[in-house]
Amino acid sequence: MFDLDRWREIFQSINKNRLRSVMSGFTVAFAILLFTLLFGIVSGLSNSFKGAFADDAQNSMRVRVWKTTKPFKGLQTGRRIQLKNDEYNYVKEEYANKIQYQSARIYKNFTLKYKNKADNYNIRAVNPAHQFLEKTIIDEGRFLNERDLKEKSKVIVIGRLVKEDLFGERPALGKRLNVNGSSYQIIGIFSDDGGDNEERIAYIPVTTAQMIYGNNDYISQIVLGYNPNLSLDAAIAFGNRMERDLRKKMNIHPDDQSALSVRNMAEANKGVGQFMGILYAIVILVGSGTLVAGIIGISNIMIFVIKERTKEFGIRKALGAKPSSIVGMVVQESVLITTLAGYLGLSLGTYLLSLIGNSLEEDYFIKDPSVSTGIVVGATIVLILSGLIAGYLPAKRAANIKPIVALRAD
Amino acid sequence: MIKIEKLHKSYPIGKDSLHVLKGIDLHIKEGEFVSIMGSSGSGKSTLLNIVGLLDIHDEGDYYLNDQLIKDMNEKKSAILRNKFLGFVFQSFNLISYKTALENVALPLYYKGMSRKERLKVALEYLDKVGLKDWANHLPNELSGGQKQRVAIARALVTKPKVVLADEPTGALDSTTTDSVMDLLKDINDEGMTVFVITHEEEVAEQTKRIVRLKDGVIISDELTKASKAV
Ligand SMILES: Nc1ncnc2c1ncn2[C@@H]1O[C@H](COP(=O)(O)OP(=O)(O)OP(=O)(O)O)[C@@H](O)[C@H]1O
Ligand SMILES: [Mg+2]
Repeated sequence: MFDLDRWREIFQSINKNRLRSVMSGFTVAFAILLFTLLFGIVSGLSNSFKGAFADDAQNSMRVRVWKTTKPFKGLQTGRRIQLKNDEYNYVKEEYANKIQYQSARIYKNFTLKYKNKADNYNIRAVNPAHQFLEKTIIDEGRFLNERDLKEKSKVIVIGRLVKEDLFGERPALGKRLNVNGSSYQIIGIFSDDGGDNEERIAYIPVTTAQMIYGNNDYISQIVLGYNPNLSLDAAIAFGNRMERDLRKKMNIHPDDQSALSVRNMAEANKGVGQFMGILYAIVILVGSGTLVAGIIGISNIMIFVIKERTKEFGIRKALGAKPSSIVGMVVQESVLITTLAGYLGLSLGTYLLSLIGNSLEEDYFIKDPSVSTGIVVGATIVLILSGLIAGYLPAKRAANIKPIVALRAD
Repeated sequence: MIKIEKLHKSYPIGKDSLHVLKGIDLHIKEGEFVSIMGSSGSGKSTLLNIVGLLDIHDEGDYYLNDQLIKDMNEKKSAILRNKFLGFVFQSFNLISYKTALENVALPLYYKGMSRKERLKVALEYLDKVGLKDWANHLPNELSGGQKQRVAIARALVTKPKVVLADEPTGALDSTTTDSVMDLLKDINDEGMTVFVITHEEEVAEQTKRIVRLKDGVIISDELTKASKAV
């Protein structure tokens, strides 16, 4: 297939007819450039959306309570709803096969003090599974375990920034920390991708908090991760059912959103999924439109080019060129131009996307825009094929014109 | 070399057809130097194009080098043209973006000769037509006579059996006409069959045989003084 003389003929033809070659190349390069930018920007949008939910586990759910806003069974509005261990255990038993992780949460705000340094911090009293729900990353030591809960130990896991505030460079693991007057042992230090606020907190066992601060079985929230084998729809149905069951159990009006609600990541995921789906559909539409326009562009130019060269083909045939050699020459030239130009458009597109980088994240929610290799390769193949077809059809026709007719052409 | 019997050719014009060649019988032996004369529209170019396999006849038989030309496709006729025929046109038909040397070398490319060799051979032929120093010039840098000599070099480079020339001097002044005719005579002296169309009696006189066409039939076919001189 590699015929040096053929390539020489093609390079000469391209080189001696630069305007024509640049024109056909430009169409293709421009189409691919637009295509790349479009896909890159959408992938950037998609990255931002995914990033927005990256802090918590994708399958997380929360049961939240507040005050009633609807009277129910003779109970007044404005009643304060309180979750207790009873509800926690009810959820745990009732939906065992639908739940992957479950944890209670009690919110506190205490002064933490080490030697002469002290400050106020948000404290969360939780179960061990909380680590997976919040994607807590353990840097040193360990997270809370079942034994801590059972023994109601006074142990604490502190955030990276808490450690920095109180200990600076000095080691903190194993040290004793004064929490609101009582002494806790630091068993772990963690970091979190959710930002600084998530690293300026500390975790203690939920049982310890219930015993020391109020001596009751109150909890602020129930956090869970639904079974990842559930489909989005099944997970949404599960959330709705749990919401209904808990309202019923706690004598709340079935529609009282304020009193008790389940915040379900599955719903957000589904919304984002639908939104991204629509966005991709638009992009595929516009992208393929751009490609088709590019293809029509090259086809037109090829038809024009071949018309212009009809006489040359007639001369070549009079000198002994077979039709196949003329078709081959035109097709090879067309494919070469489309491929090179496509590559140029692609490189320029990827370069522009890399320039954009994360600079548009704040204002336009475009994060790290880029195109996947698959799409790029696909688009290139489409272009090569279209170069092939765009060159082949008119060349085939031109090559079969009787030489005498071709020679007469001008 | 060329044997034509009862050859007919019509061109369709709308619904009608124009009968251009009306039963031509012509026999040209190897090594002849023949000119065709006739008024405009008498069918000279049509005949030459059929002989050159650039066009197809409707009826009658045509033998080229004893081979019956029938049911030719473009590929077969391309091979025959490359092997047996060389063309010289009134309007030169050089490829504008190729140098004189590359134009001359092109038929050898279609013969499958290596680049190095064909450039060497092409240069020899350019030398033969006195244009060695113009090898690397593009056609638009050459005069009409020079262009026609390049075209002749290109027609000769494959050592064809027959050179077909349709008014090769039609676009040239009398001096350059003479130099082109001298070239054609030299070729013929080397044994090649030469077949020219011309309007000029002085040109025809320099060939060895004149065939006169009128309205698609041959009205006379005689040898010239030049042929008797040899
Ligand atoms: N492709 C064609 N389609 C229709 N008619 C044609 C075609 N080619 C030639 N003719 C007609 O056939 C007739 C003969 O044409 P031809 O070119 O053979 O004449 P000629 O003898 O070479 O004339 P000239 O001296 O002007 O070159 C003319 O009437 C011409 O109009
Ligand atoms: Mg003519």
